Amino acid sequence: MNLIAKNLTYKPSEQYHLNEVSFNFKEGNLYTILGRTLSGKTTLLKTIAGLLTPDSGEIDFDGKNFLKVPVWERNVAMVYQQFINYPHLNVFENIAFPLKQRKIDPDIINEKVMNSLKSVGLVGYEKRKIQELSGGQQQRVSLARSLVKNAKILLLDEPLVNLDYKLREQLREEFKNLFSKGLADQTILIYSTTDPRETMELNGEVIVLDEGKVLQVGPAKEIFENPNSLKVAEISNDPPMNIIAVEIFENSIQFEGIKLKAPEHFSGLSQEGIKIGLRSSDIELSENGHEFEVELAEISGSETLLHLSRGSAKIIVSIEEVLNFKIHDKVKINFKIEKAYAFNSNGKLASSPFGGLNGQN
Amino acid sequence: MSKLYTFLKYFFIVFWAVFVVAPFLWALTTSFKDFQSVNGGVTYIPWVDFEPNLEGWKVLIKSPAKGGVDIIEPYFNSLFVTCTASLISIILGTLSAYALSRYTFKAGFVKNNDITFFFISQRIMPPIVLSIPFFLFLSSINLLDSLLGLIVVYIVLLMPIAVWIMVDFFNKVPREIDETALIDGCNPYQAFLKVVLPNSIPGLIVAGMFCIIFGWIDFFFAFILTFTEVQLLPVKIVALNSSVTPWWSLSASALVSVAPLIIVAFIVERYLSKGNLSGAIK
Repeated sequence: MNLIAKNLTYKPSEQYHLNEVSFNFKEGNLYTILGRTLSGKTTLLKTIAGLLTPDSGEIDFDGKNFLKVPVWERNVAMVYQQFINYPHLNVFENIAFPLKQRKIDPDIINEKVMNSLKSVGLVGYEKRKIQELSGGQQQRVSLARSLVKNAKILLLDEPLVNLDYKLREQLREEFKNLFSKGLADQTILIYSTTDPRETMELNGEVIVLDEGKVLQVGPAKEIFENPNSLKVAEISNDPPMNIIAVEIFENSIQFEGIKLKAPEHFSGLSQEGIKIGLRSSDIELSENGHEFEVELAEISGSETLLHLSRGSAKIIVSIEEVLNFKIHDKVKINFKIEKAYAFNSNGKLASSPFGGLNGQN
Repeated sequence: MSKLYTFLKYFFIVFWAVFVVAPFLWALTTSFKDFQSVNGGVTYIPWVDFEPNLEGWKVLIKSPAKGGVDIIEPYFNSLFVTCTASLISIILGTLSAYALSRYTFKAGFVKNNDITFFFISQRIMPPIVLSIPFFLFLSSINLLDSLLGLIVVYIVLLMPIAVWIMVDFFNKVPREIDETALIDGCNPYQAFLKVVLPNSIPGLIVAGMFCIIFGWIDFFFAFILTFTEVQLLPVKIVALNSSVTPWWSLSASALVSVAPLIIVAFIVERYLSKGNLSGAIK
């Protein structure tokens, strides 16, 4: 059973929420929609669920026109980023709600709800009120409510974003287990997120969305290795990929008085307006490197993020240890230039260290 | 310091309690007095200060032929009109409030907020402005001096309160709850009845209470729109006044007219303080 969308467009005001979005989702697969906030992820999921009607375009499911089917007959399930449950019902009743709606035999409901409680690790909580649960538990309840329906399409709209760091890690792990346990066999799983790491970990088919437009579609690895444009490179990396405007010469790259040897895969690049992209982890502190000035140093977990500048070039470097820097300190850094990407003047990928487009322009 | 705080706290509580309770106490004792004991100076304690008698209360249930005023019928009229009008206002008001909260209406420059304001604007005008149109309207459809006519007018007066309170309340219920209900297989009506409404009970109670209070205490419209056939309690109580102010029966009728509101307040307070109503939605 395929979910096929053609040219979905939704423009309620000045800005596009969806702009000619097309895709072909197959059952048994996990699709990750990666995009920044306000990129149209939620709009897309709500359109698939039937909560929004696009201005134009088609959605086809199982050979039928899906836009003609009202929400309550679509057999989809959705988990929101806010923990949405029914506050007047207890945990058991919450999860049983969609089944009761289908008028299923109470014994079967009981069994299914208990199974689904087991799969999200909430056995023993069935009599609890929703308000008595923690955020993570509430989100598990809404996940259980989505799982219990055996919906053909399961939509997860940034389900982890409102959880604290530890819970997020834990629940993400559980998600991966759930998804791999054959749940996905007859289901189309659609997971939206702003977090590139989450995207890579879930390792599904990725749809990169920005301003309502699909920028790139491909397996997570492909998106990571060969982002097809500057935008994708920024969205699919956290911190965003460093973009530096450079001049390319025969065998060297130059910017702000720094001269670097051009890597092999850059051969043949000769255009004006080339920008190179380098991940923050591909820049390292080095005694005999190039001097930059510290603009900001933030410590996140066990990492230090250094915001550096030299002339008009601004870069972010992530260092795998906790270091203290002061603003206006001078640091010396080295570029792992063999890991650099090149983008040409219209923002398209011109050269990738993973060989995506080597030699082509 | 903390002793002073405790002292002040209890002082103000007692002060406020006296302030609130004293008029009731006054009415209660007065209702058992007669002409002589009312005019014989300030007295409070029955059998010591004055000899209590039930004359003030008896007048209220005696038929006019025997020199009484018989407030029983107006009492039930008032109950009937207030409850019916409040119930209909809550039902219609809740439905309109839900529509105003969830759907977008647009007619030229008129949008949702303007419609909500239109409802409230009914209450901004001084009632006297509405009295003549209401009078003419009711007389043209032959509903002057009838319970039905009063109910119609009270719905016009009470529904804005219900709409106003419920729009505000529904706006605080996340839309995602309705959407989840739709996704879980409810059609829009089921989503409203099974999910939104059960989560709006605190709002319904508050709106209902306001409707009952405003309906129950209205004197103005009940006075203008009724004559002899139908009378409501506030009008009847005022009619007690004659050349000699009968303080004893006025006090007694004041007490019985406040009684339903006190009962409602007690029930609602118990219900709200159970805790499962407030804060149901984060």
